[in-house]
Amino acid sequence: MAGASPTRNWRRSSAEMWGLGYNAALVATGAGLLGAAAGITGTFLVLRKRALVSDAIAHATLPGIALAFLVMVAFGGEGRSLAGLLFGSALSAWLGLLCVGWLTHATRLSEDAAIGAVLSVFFGFGILLLTVIQSLNVGRQAGLETFLLGSTAGMLYSDALTIAVGGGLATLAALVLRRPMLTAAFDPGYAVATGLDVRRVDLAMMGLIMAVTVIGIKIVGLVLIVAMVILPPVTARFWSNRVDRVVLIAGVMGGLTGLLGALISASAPNLPTGPIIVLTGSAGFFVSLMIAPRRGVLAALLARHRYQRRVHLRQGLLALAHGHPVYERFTLRLLSRAGLANPDGTATDKGRAAAARALLDESRWQILRADPAQEIAASHYDGLRPIETVLTPDQIAQIDTRLAPRPLT
Amino acid sequence: MIGAEFVALSLPPILIGCLAAIACAIPGNFLLLRRQALIGDAISHVVLPGIVIGFLVSRQVSTWPMMLGAGGAALVAVLLIEVVRRAGKLEPGAAMGVVFSTMFAGGVLLLEQSDTSSVHLDVQHALYGNLESLIWLDATGWASLFDMQALAGLPPELPRMAITCLIVTGVTALLWRPLKLSTFDEGFARALGLPVRALSLALVIMAAMAAVAAFDAVGSIIVIAMFICPPAAARLMTDRLGQQVGLSVVFAAISAVTGYVLAGYGPLWLGFDNSVSAAGMIATMSGLILALAAGFGPRRAPRIA
Repeated sequence: MAGASPTRNWRRSSAEMWGLGYNAALVATGAGLLGAAAGITGTFLVLRKRALVSDAIAHATLPGIALAFLVMVAFGGEGRSLAGLLFGSALSAWLGLLCVGWLTHATRLSEDAAIGAVLSVFFGFGILLLTVIQSLNVGRQAGLETFLLGSTAGMLYSDALTIAVGGGLATLAALVLRRPMLTAAFDPGYAVATGLDVRRVDLAMMGLIMAVTVIGIKIVGLVLIVAMVILPPVTARFWSNRVDRVVLIAGVMGGLTGLLGALISASAPNLPTGPIIVLTGSAGFFVSLMIAPRRGVLAALLARHRYQRRVHLRQGLLALAHGHPVYERFTLRLLSRAGLANPDGTATDKGRAAAARALLDESRWQILRADPAQEIAASHYDGLRPIETVLTPDQIAQIDTRLAPRPLT
Repeated sequence: MIGAEFVALSLPPILIGCLAAIACAIPGNFLLLRRQALIGDAISHVVLPGIVIGFLVSRQVSTWPMMLGAGGAALVAVLLIEVVRRAGKLEPGAAMGVVFSTMFAGGVLLLEQSDTSSVHLDVQHALYGNLESLIWLDATGWASLFDMQALAGLPPELPRMAITCLIVTGVTALLWRPLKLSTFDEGFARALGLPVRALSLALVIMAAMAAVAAFDAVGSIIVIAMFICPPAAARLMTDRLGQQVGLSVVFAAISAVTGYVLAGYGPLWLGFDNSVSAAGMIATMSGLILALAAGFGPRRAPRIA
């Protein structure tokens, strides 16, 4: 799959970074900048719940690449100029985007169907054109297939430079446009009221996604570039509820993913750059999915377990307060570990005191909940929450006057 | 054109293309109406890691381990999408994007890492198949269709695709009413006591089966295009589900036949020597049909919400 000889185009230079060739370092930098731009822009796309539009854009670049090659060859060029190919890919990606919009707005098809249709038809047409190029026998095998899965082997210095500069510009543009895109994504009505042209902001966002896609297809490939747009924002979402931080984290995450992926892939043979970048990103995603505080799976499990323990403890104490021994094993273990119950299920001295407090709290809640005037305060009742966190000492004292004296065992 | 050469070289691929297109288009109708159209896209991406693992486990390029691997990967992907969507509280599109791109990347990496260069197993093949190579060498003319000895030499993809198509058609016919009910009004279907979740799983499994069988013969471009384009075009023509499914089958068949013929003979008519990718042309034809339906279909107007 790789080009003829990677080393031939490898411009060995004194400026070797990380023990890699100058080109590899430049590619890694480009991938990092590209990842940052993709992460930032992708956040807004994901916020608008249109993540897979980027997949349609990516697949729609293929006919443009092939046509650009054909045009360049027709005008006597070699047809390999990366800038020319990228220009073609941008044109057809734009056309694909227009088709998605047309199918969504002018017909009753939903956006996902429009995305799927554009994606498969443009891609199919692109493959068709690739076979046309093969059959023309122009003698210069274009190597256009490398755009499918990306390839950094045999990349020219000028190509790497194009990608690095493009990635940097896209990052910059995404940072500049961050505010309006945010407003448009969260509250289109408000955005319009403040004089923001939401359609133009949307257009700018799509333009940026397109730019990122077009720049990225050489490294990551058009089948996988969608991951660079989606993975950083959904990963960042685990770590914060504040959108400005999500944007920031997504940018950093995307940049690191691109940089690390490119470095790992350059470190050994048979590690294709695109898939390695994607897998680095999804490793970040799945780790975040597991360990993120609050939104992660482990945090949710822990919270559930903690809640379960509180419920069991409370119910156990109430049972003790009513003089019933505790037989349920989990509850008994919790109680005895806290020194509140004996192994036979009866209360210790400390347990009796705690049980009395729990019963008092419960009785206060019952009085509060029976009073229609206290409906709002009573709505905080969940069987666990101490009443002190809802009422002032004065109010509690008032409730206590209505407590019927009840013997505690 | 209509002669021995046609029977040997063009008839089997046309038939296989048609059957694959129809097998994908039928479940595609329901996926489209359930707004799960992109499940087909996701499934056809994860087929690649599936066949690579199937190959690595069995160490041979035979059909069954690879198809089992592909089917397994499709199921894993569907489950994983659901898990990621719930655990991460993501929109379905983002969850799909995460899962299929990860699995596809894994597949490409596995392929690069393992020693598969000696065998015919590569990404290009997975993407656009090789419909053109499915020829019937034993055929000598139309009479071969009735010659048992010659029939035994048919490309094995043909009977396989025919069986898949039959199963998909049969299951759809069998589950027609429950599928229709649960597609249009899931709450009502549940109230009637229909196993809504099982139905939706059955639909996805059916789609995965069609995708895996079709991908083996024609590559995943056709699979994605046929899951979406013919049903979408049919949806713009009629309001009745029965007619929609019927029309989608017709559109799928037309795409396959015209696509293959244009790809195979079109360049020759224009004076070129080589034919072009049949898979690409079939996808393009289905797109043209959809474009026509979107421009002129009697039921194309968006619903007034």
